[in-house]
Amino acid sequence: MTDHENAYSGLVEADSDARWAFGTGFDDPLAGIDASVPPGIDGGRLAAYCLVLGDDSLVMAQRLIQWCTRAPELEEEVALANVALDLLGQTRLLYARAAAADPSSVPALPDGSPVPAEDRLAFFRDPAEFRCVHLVELPDTDFATAIVRLFAFAAWRLALLEALEGSVDPVLAAVAAKAVKEVHYHRDYAARWLVTLAGGTDESRRRTLDAIASTWPYLDELGRADDVSSALLPSGGSADPRAVWSSTRAVLDQVLAAAGVPEPKGAPAGNGDSAGAGPGGRDGRHTEWLEPLLAEMQELARAHPAGRW
Amino acid sequence: MTGPEPTLTARARQAAESVVDPELPMLTLADLGVLRSVELDDDRAVVTITPTYTGCPALVTMKADLRLALAAAGFPDAEIRTTLSPAWTTDWITEEGRRALHEHGIAPPSPVGARTVTLQLLDRPPDPACPRCGSTDTRVVSRFGASACTSQHACSSCAEPFDKVKEL
Ligand SMILES: [Zn+2]
Repeated sequence: MTDHENAYSGLVEADSDARWAFGTGFDDPLAGIDASVPPGIDGGRLAAYCLVLGDDSLVMAQRLIQWCTRAPELEEEVALANVALDLLGQTRLLYARAAAADPSSVPALPDGSPVPAEDRLAFFRDPAEFRCVHLVELPDTDFATAIVRLFAFAAWRLALLEALEGSVDPVLAAVAAKAVKEVHYHRDYAARWLVTLAGGTDESRRRTLDAIASTWPYLDELGRADDVSSALLPSGGSADPRAVWSSTRAVLDQVLAAAGVPEPKGAPAGNGDSAGAGPGGRDGRHTEWLEPLLAEMQELARAHPAGRW
Repeated sequence: MTGPEPTLTARARQAAESVVDPELPMLTLADLGVLRSVELDDDRAVVTITPTYTGCPALVTMKADLRLALAAAGFPDAEIRTTLSPAWTTDWITEEGRRALHEHGIAPPSPVGARTVTLQLLDRPPDPACPRCGSTDTRVVSRFGASACTSQHACSSCAEPFDKVKEL
């Protein structure tokens, strides 16, 4: 059979321009970008911080794509998948930034493995090596839970990214400046749905209030100072979690007021006081839900440590 | 250093500018505003592009298509660089590109200008005019669409759905 008769001939990896589907043939997302670490910044600390930021977005993205085929309407499925795709894109850049700033942060694989750094970081680290906050690990038990959790996450993430536009690391600042525009849409989407659900039927309001009550305790972790952020703060590389939390809090209050929802009981103080709080995701201590999520996500890659995708 | 003859640069530029976006093929990469520069390093073409969205899977295809177009124009080992800063904005879509979008039934984005990150809870942006019938009586179906850069709308006058490139 000659090539033009074979509809699949263009789909196989005949040369470096393989393009059988979007989503294959990825190269380093930072290719061609000056990834040197600026003077005054510790590469290891910068890498650790970028991993923290990437772990949050990766795990959140993985949770969101679990809505594919399960969302109440096709439009919402597309929306949640788009949000996940944006967060995945941010993760790729953050992991690539971490790998460039400190190559020792990348898990080693057998010699000759073609798995790129970003994939090694996503697929070849154990739960205890992840540093995501508990908020992103929580399962979505219904659509209201998904909306409430996404709203809280996006409001916080947006405040964090806005602060990081001023990072002294030009790569992290550039990633943040791009991501701000994307997360702005995520926050609007979730905020509008939250107001809609809270003002909808008795059932949608009940579920929304339940979702807020079950999600809010996990926000306490967001405003806490953590070792990784603190280590990079004096050099101007990271954002102060406490300042970010106070910006976040203003948006949460605004939307809860618009939704006619009273302040949840036990709302986080957000004063950075971690006294009495147990170890959190930033310490590598996670909820029971992270491990099964990662197991599902990592299974295929781990079965083929020398695989090319 | 004396630069390469301008006709050669112009040829590389022309080849790069002719490549179309894989998801919005009525737009060239130049019209989309992602093509940031085309230069020659001796006789080697160096093209710099910027992603639209961080997760946009079309970027890989764009790079491959650029390499193919440049190879066909006599630049076999073109280098495609990525830049993140300044971040892409829909304000970089050219007038020609906006016209092409409209002709293909896709509403072009409004100017973004100096954007403020305020919560658009109550002050929603004005609904776009229907690219088919011109009616402004349209509604948002979803702020997210089939590709990262579009939202879904419906026209109440002609009852047709349409996509819009959303402001970024
Ligand atoms: Zn119409």
